[in-house]
Amino acid sequence: MAIVVQRPKLTLAERCYLPALAKGLRITLAHAVRILRRKKKVTMQYPEERWDSEMPEHYRGAPALVTDEHGRERCVSCQLCEFICPPRAITIVPEEIPAEDRWAKVEKRPKEFEIDMIRCIYCGMCEEVCPEQAIFLRKDYAITGTSREEMVHDKEKLYEIGGVREGLVNKWNELK
Amino acid sequence: MSEEATVNVQVDGTWIQVPKGTRMIEACKQAAAEVPHYCYHPKLTSPGNCRMCLVEMGMPPRPAPGEEPELDKDGHAKIGWMPRPVIACANTVAEGMGIRTDSPLTRECREGVMEFLLINHPLDCPICDQAGECTLQEYSVEHGKGESRFLENKVKKPKSVEIGPRIRLDDERCVLCSRCVRFTREVVDDDVLGFVDRGSHNVLTVHPDRPLANNYSLNTVDICPVGALTSEDFRFQMRVWFMRETESICTGCARGCNTLIGSREGKIYRQTPRENNDVNSAWMCDEGRLGFHYLNSDARLTEPLVKDGAGHRPIDWPEAIRRAAEGLAKYRGGGLAVVASGRMTNEELYLARTLAETLGAAAVDIVKREGEGDGYLVHADKNPNTAGARAVLKLRSPGSKLKAIKKGIEDGSIKALLVLGENLLKAGFEEGTLKNLKFLVSSHLLANPTAKLSHVVLPGAGFAEKRGSMVNATGRLQRLNKAVEPPGDAREDWETLQDLNRAVDGLDGVGEIADVFAEMAERVSAFKGMSLSKIGGGGVHLIDTDERVPLLEREAERVREGLIVG
Repeated sequence: MAIVVQRPKLTLAERCYLPALAKGLRITLAHAVRILRRKKKVTMQYPEERWDSEMPEHYRGAPALVTDEHGRERCVSCQLCEFICPPRAITIVPEEIPAEDRWAKVEKRPKEFEIDMIRCIYCGMCEEVCPEQAIFLRKDYAITGTSREEMVHDKEKLYEIGGVREGLVNKWNELK
Repeated sequence: MSEEATVNVQVDGTWIQVPKGTRMIEACKQAAAEVPHYCYHPKLTSPGNCRMCLVEMGMPPRPAPGEEPELDKDGHAKIGWMPRPVIACANTVAEGMGIRTDSPLTRECREGVMEFLLINHPLDCPICDQAGECTLQEYSVEHGKGESRFLENKVKKPKSVEIGPRIRLDDERCVLCSRCVRFTREVVDDDVLGFVDRGSHNVLTVHPDRPLANNYSLNTVDICPVGALTSEDFRFQMRVWFMRETESICTGCARGCNTLIGSREGKIYRQTPRENNDVNSAWMCDEGRLGFHYLNSDARLTEPLVKDGAGHRPIDWPEAIRRAAEGLAKYRGGGLAVVASGRMTNEELYLARTLAETLGAAAVDIVKREGEGDGYLVHADKNPNTAGARAVLKLRSPGSKLKAIKKGIEDGSIKALLVLGENLLKAGFEEGTLKNLKFLVSSHLLANPTAKLSHVVLPGAGFAEKRGSMVNATGRLQRLNKAVEPPGDAREDWETLQDLNRAVDGLDGVGEIADVFAEMAERVSAFKGMSLSKIGGGGVHLIDTDERVPLLEREAERVREGLIVG
C-alpha cells in the first residue's frame, strides 16, 4: 500500500530561499577569509607531511600476517579468509608442518599465502573471520608498485608488514 | 511376518505408517524428523554407544481386563509417555508407538551428550580436514550449549598417528562411535581396529603388528563422523567447502562404483563413493578412489601433434583432423583397422564404429585388460566398459581380433591403424610391427611409446573430463559427468571422433553428446528407448547378466538376518 508522505509546511522565508542562500554564502566567505588570514590550513604536503599520527585505531589498511611472541606463525592455513574474501584477493596453498619442526604440533601452515593488493578492498572480513587471530589490517595505506606482480603480497611480505602480536591465542601451548 | 505388514507410529504428533521392524530412527527419517546420530550407520550393526539419538518414546498402556483402550480424537490408542528416553537407532517401532524428537526431554539429552563429547575435544577445527562436513560441528551448532563449563585440563591422547599407509588417526578428535571398527570387522573382514584403555583414556587403536592396509581402508575416513580418521592423500589438500561435487562413476574396473568427484578450479582433489544399492552399496576400493591422480600428471598430452621427420610438432585441431582423416581414407576398404578401448564411453565406441563402417575397416576390436577380483567390489575385468563395447561394437569375444590385426600389419594387408586410448606396446604389439604401418593415428591421455610412433596424435579427455555413458559388469548403464575441463587444447574424445566421422563421410552437422546417444539408441538394439538423460544419477539396468556383486550379496544376507538396515 502506498504511503502518503506529508510535505513539510515551509515558511515564507524558506519558500523564497534567499535567506538560506545568504547563510551559505556567509559560511563559505568566512572560511575563505580565515584561509586568507592564514588562520586555517586545508592542504597537507603529502608525502613530506602525513596523516599517520591522526589515524584512528580502527583504521583499515593493508592486511598482513602476524607471528606470536614465540615466533610461531599464527596462520594455520584454514582458508576461511580465502573463502570469505569478497573480491577473492587471497590465495593460500597449505602444507603439513614436518615432524622435526618446533611447531609440529600445529600440523598445518601455509606454504604460500598471497594477497593481491589490486583486488583487496580493505573490508577487514579476513581479520574478522580468522579463528587464529593471524591476519590483521594494519595502518599501511600507501601500497604501490610498478607491476601487477609487485602488487601481490607474498607470505614473506605479509609477515614483514604484520610483525608480532602477543597473547590472544593460547591453544597451541603445551597445556592447551 | 509378511513383508507388507505395517504399523502405525506417531512421530512428533503426526501418525505415519511404516513397515514392521523398521528402526525408530528410520521411521523418524520417513516423517522428516532427522534424529542426530554418530554411531548409527544403516550399512553397519547398531551398538547404540553414542547415545546421541535418544528420543522420548511412549506406548499405549495395556488396558485392564474388560477395559476398553482409551482412544484419542484420531481413533488411535492414547500414548502413555515413558519417563526415560530410548535410543532410536537400535529399537524397532511397534503398533501405536509414539516418538518425540523435539520434546524438552529429548533436547536436554542431546545437549548433555554434546557437552560430554566436547569436554575433551580439541580446538582443531581450523586445521581439521573434516571441518565443514563434521557432524560434531553441525550438532554442536544445532544441539550444543554454545559454551563450555569444563575448567579442568583436557585429556591428552595420541595425535597424528599413522595407522595404515593411507590413513592418519587423531585420537583426541575421536568420539568413540566405533563405525570404523565395525566397518573393518563386518564389511571387509579385516578386524584390525579396536578400543583400548578405560574411561576418559579410552582410545581407538590399530593392531600393533597389522596396519589398516586393506583395499577398502579409506571408507573408514568417509564414515568417520568427525576428523579422527583422515586420508593421507587428501590431508591438507583442500578445504571441503571449496570443492564442487560432481556425480560420476569410477572407471577403475568393470564394477563402475558410483562416485562424487570433488574438484576446485579445474583440479580434482578427491573421489568419494556415492551410495547406490545396485552397484557399490556405500563403499569403494582405495585403488579406484585414488585412481584419478594421473589426470593431473605432467605427461598429459595437451595439443594435437603431427610427426614431422623424426619428432612431433604441435598443430591446430582442424589441421590435425584433416590430416588424420586423409591418411586413413587413403586405405579405405580393408586396408585399415581400428583398435578401440574398453575404457571408452558408449558414445565414443559408437562413433568409432560408424567411422570404421564408413572407411570399411578390416577389423575393430578392444584391448582386454584382465586382473583379479577380490570377492568384494573389485572386478577381474579392469576395463570399465567391456559390456558396452560388446554391445556397441558387436564383439563376441573382446580382444580376439587383435592377433589378426597384428598379423595383418605384419603381412602388409593392414596399412593404417587408428588406435583409441590404448598403448599397443603393452597389448602384445611390438615396435617393429607398428613401424610396418604406413599411417598410424592414435588418441591418448598420456605420452607413451604408441603416441611416439604415431603420425598424428590426438589428445583426449580423462573420465572426469567428459560426459558419456558406460555399462558395468552387471549390465547397468551409468553416466559419467564432467567435473573438470581437459588440460590445454585436449578435447572430449567423442568430439574428436565426431569430427573425424564428418571429415570422412563428408556429411554436415555436428551434434551434442545427447544426439550421439540418441543415434546410438536407434541403431544398437541394447540401448533401444534410452536417452542420456533417462539414465539418471543411479543408472538403469540395461543388459541381463548372471553377474552378482559379492559385497551386495553379503549385505543383503545381513539385512535378512536383521543385523543391518541396509
